[in-house]
Amino acid sequence: MLIKVEDLKKEYETGEVVTKVLHGLSFGIQAGEFVAIMGPSGSGKSTLMHILGLLERATSGHYAFGGQDVTELSDDELARWRNKKIGFVFQSFNLLKRTTVLENVKLPLTYAKNKEDINESARKVLASVGLSHRLNYYTNQISGGEKQRVAIARALVNQPAIIFADEPTGNLDSKSGVQVMEILQRLNMAGNTIVLVTHETYTSEHAKRIIQIKDGYITDDYPVAKRRLAHDGELLK
Amino acid sequence: MIKRAKRSIIISLTALLANKGRSFLTMLGIIIGVGAVIIIMAVGAGAQSLILAQVASLGTNLIGILPGGSDEAGPPSSMMGIVITTLTYEDAMALKDKNNAPNIIDVVAYSKGVGTVSWRSNSYDTNLSGCSSGFLVVEDGEIANGRFFNEPEERSLARVVVLGHTVKQELFGDSEAVGQRVKIKKHMFEVIGVMKERGTVAMQDYDDQVFLPIKTMQKQLEGVNHLGMIRVKVDNESNVEQTIIDIKATLREQHDIADQSGKNDDFTVRSAAEALDMITTVTDALKYFLAAMAALSLIVGGIGIMNIMLMSVTERTREIGLRKAVGANNANIMSQFLLEAIVVTLLGGIIGIIGGSIVAFVIAYGARFLGYDWAFIISPLSVIVAVFVSSLVGLVFGLYPALKASRLEPVAALRYE
Repeated sequence: MLIKVEDLKKEYETGEVVTKVLHGLSFGIQAGEFVAIMGPSGSGKSTLMHILGLLERATSGHYAFGGQDVTELSDDELARWRNKKIGFVFQSFNLLKRTTVLENVKLPLTYAKNKEDINESARKVLASVGLSHRLNYYTNQISGGEKQRVAIARALVNQPAIIFADEPTGNLDSKSGVQVMEILQRLNMAGNTIVLVTHETYTSEHAKRIIQIKDGYITDDYPVAKRRLAHDGELLK
Repeated sequence: MIKRAKRSIIISLTALLANKGRSFLTMLGIIIGVGAVIIIMAVGAGAQSLILAQVASLGTNLIGILPGGSDEAGPPSSMMGIVITTLTYEDAMALKDKNNAPNIIDVVAYSKGVGTVSWRSNSYDTNLSGCSSGFLVVEDGEIANGRFFNEPEERSLARVVVLGHTVKQELFGDSEAVGQRVKIKKHMFEVIGVMKERGTVAMQDYDDQVFLPIKTMQKQLEGVNHLGMIRVKVDNESNVEQTIIDIKATLREQHDIADQSGKNDDFTVRSAAEALDMITTVTDALKYFLAAMAALSLIVGGIGIMNIMLMSVTERTREIGLRKAVGANNANIMSQFLLEAIVVTLLGGIIGIIGGSIVAFVIAYGARFLGYDWAFIISPLSVIVAVFVSSLVGLVFGLYPALKASRLEPVAALRYE
């Protein structure tokens, strides 16, 4: 079991008011799965992803990542785990401005401890998302779809155990969205574990399994019967 | 460790280059501050060298005696414009006596004032320099035409005058002055000589003066009995110290001062070397004071840097969140922003040093062009201090923004709009 959470709770305190976001969630994710966490906005799906991605801590409950309890890790250790084991893809890309595609992809490696050839690894993952011709473009010179593919390359460059994609198609036109989903599916086929966070049923049906969340509770957890396969003829010819 | 530092420097340089315009604006305060310090130090050193060279050109085998006592280091009060009447013509004569001070070549006593000299319809305001006949020897004066007055004339209230070059030109133009009679304060004087052109030495314009016998000046023009100053010339520089002792002993005897400690002295004896030291002290103080004022602008520049760094942290909140998401820890973020601040100030400091040096060089060049013997001096110390201080400014004023950046919660930073 790659990820195992038990009775995971999260509350935010703002002054006197305590907002309960997650009400004791329990589930597991196996290595190699493609899971969609789906729910309307405000359901707590993003918070869940942040906790699973070690960006914030749960208020209570157990969380084991790769068999190890991660609730007691220090901030620096969490940073190291994020660096080595987790890749993120965000809705708004979060690429560094006025910086080249290659530099953006290299970023996680610059924070890694042992690195061989940074440039070589970055070039390889950029090739795998079909962006070899954009290495030295600045991030404001490429399209939205290409930006998200740079972000995917950045998530992949450290060969993480799991990739979290938070509404990766939310800011894209449908064609670019299809390309991004195709890449994610291909990565999953190659053995990568992927967690997709979305509010769209259509997008979630690209995954193999859907965990539905509403108001901080898991309302459903089922395998996708008729999985959608994204295919764009132009990508990676 | 070195690898880590190198990586951090590359990260901050990349970030700085990505924001060239803002980086330059941030630097501007430091550039101006460091530039100002460099310019002031260089111009101060240049002016100082000019003054010292002038004083030294008087000759280092000169000793000055001023009325009134003084502390060892401080200037005598007579220099501040207070009139003290303890020094007399008889003192000067006593110093001339070889039995009292064997190494003194000659003595000149001064009583100075200002007045109008007129010839026919021309008149000219100038400095009246009542002096004894030792002037030519002590001050290396040279006569262009005619002669200087002698010792009998000096004692006999002779109404003779020697004109400085400027005064001669103003009154007589190209016509002959020697033998003519000029009027000073209602008295008629015969011009017996004209000095060679000499220029300004040690802040004193030797050409804009007329020289009268000391007694004539005292009795007939000023109505006083005291001297403003005595200057003596020593045969050799190595005898200056012994001669100062001789002079003090002679004057104490003249003034009936039994106390040999110097506490009750009503006169001050200073050698040219001591005068140089004193001028150096004063000009140094002035120079460092001005540099300190300029350094204040570095603090202002530092605050500017803090402002812009804080703005930069806010503006780059999402970047910080992203960096944390992909594995940067607090120390990474902290060192990135701190290094950015230090790199900005250091770079600004270096540009300031270069810019300031160029301006200082132009000033020195201009001064030389105008005929001053102005040295172009950039002391290595001021460069080292400028580099050190500008890095320090970056460190101090970058600390708070960097701390703020490193403490951002990754999730909060990523959500920031």
